Amino acid sequence: MPHDHHDHDNLSPSGHPFRADNDEPLSYWQTMEIALREILVEKGHLTQAEITAQIDAMDARNPSQGASVVARAWVDPDFKAQLLADASTASRDMGFDIGPMHLIAVENTDTIHNLIVCTLCSCYPRNLLGLPPDWYKTRAYRSRAVSEPRAVLREFGLNLPDTTTLRVHDSTADMRYIVLPARPAGTDDLSQDELAKLVTRDSMIGVGLPRQP
Amino acid sequence: MAEHVRIKAIYPPGHVRAPYYLRGKTGVIERDLGHFANPEQLAYHHKGDPKPLYRVRFTMAEVWGDNAENPADTIDAEVYDHWLERV
Amino acid sequence: MSDTDGRRWHDMGGMPAGPIPMEGHDFALWEKRVDALMVLCGNKGFLSVDGLRRALEDMGEDTFEKYSYYERWIASINQNLIEAGLYTLEELGTRMAEVQARGPTYGEANNG
Repeated sequence: MPHDHHDHDNLSPSGHPFRADNDEPLSYWQTMEIALREILVEKGHLTQAEITAQIDAMDARNPSQGASVVARAWVDPDFKAQLLADASTASRDMGFDIGPMHLIAVENTDTIHNLIVCTLCSCYPRNLLGLPPDWYKTRAYRSRAVSEPRAVLREFGLNLPDTTTLRVHDSTADMRYIVLPARPAGTDDLSQDELAKLVTRDSMIGVGLPRQP
Repeated sequence: MAEHVRIKAIYPPGHVRAPYYLRGKTGVIERDLGHFANPEQLAYHHKGDPKPLYRVRFTMAEVWGDNAENPADTIDAEVYDHWLERV
Repeated sequence: MSDTDGRRWHDMGGMPAGPIPMEGHDFALWEKRVDALMVLCGNKGFLSVDGLRRALEDMGEDTFEKYSYYERWIASINQNLIEAGLYTLEELGTRMAEVQARGPTYGEANNG
């Protein structure tokens, strides 16, 4: 079998080393994964090359892609209008391969804050931001983000004023969501690339704000 | 003028995408998303009939009553037309 | 929540729950392979995302508590592929026994 682990010696997008997984005791579910994959390849339903390419494509997707989209919207009013009208097309126009994903961008303002959740499973804009953080898939987040979102935000260190309207978006069907955070004050002199570095994954889910310069 | 809709308060077994906490609740249509294949058919290896899908906006007051953290905050969810009643 | 009030276990919006656990992990190679299998089988029409979710839901709440995310996913992918007739349970069982016989670790068992 071709070796499809070629690029995982680097650090992950989160800055941690990838977990050494190949020397762990073999589990029942890992056995099923190997067996099922081999059978599908042998029967010609898919190829090992397709699997490798798909892993590489998913690894290439990470929050910095979303940060680039956000930073451009901060500096380019026409692009921002396009993003809010059709975030899928806007993301593709920036060169990001988001597959068939239907993306909606929701804008934070002085008076509105947006928060993304999937109460029924774990829908996430993975084709732009990469795979979701573990907490996003937990019972605690899925249960509470719709009924006590302000308490949830406080756990993430975000105290929302009463004067701000909070809009929670439950990804129940075919749409995926990204928050367009408000541009931090005091960033007038920063370039688009410098602005992108301020945009965190959490700020695009709505559980955080962009970094201050 | 906003169109008011109520999520049907029905409780079939099996794979549906209308969340329990919104059933029987009334909201307004935020936007029309077009047609998407019915997940209730796709889930069982059937071809999904195209169904209109809407984003519906609910106030926290409507969904949680007196337990709402902030009554004017909102929840938006995508709901298929066959789960909506016009009110 | 009861078995008969119409709320299924996965439909958890608004249920009481504890603090958000903030710890995370990076994905292991085998987990990435499960993810890739789901996407590719979906693209090729062998399964649908809703079929994946349906099997996960039908596994029940104990499974959600007991097994990890991608452990449940590979079980659901298998359920859907068996239903689609891509291979038989006997083929899978035979191959799983072969895989297990190759060695005690994922790395050794994968080098068939």
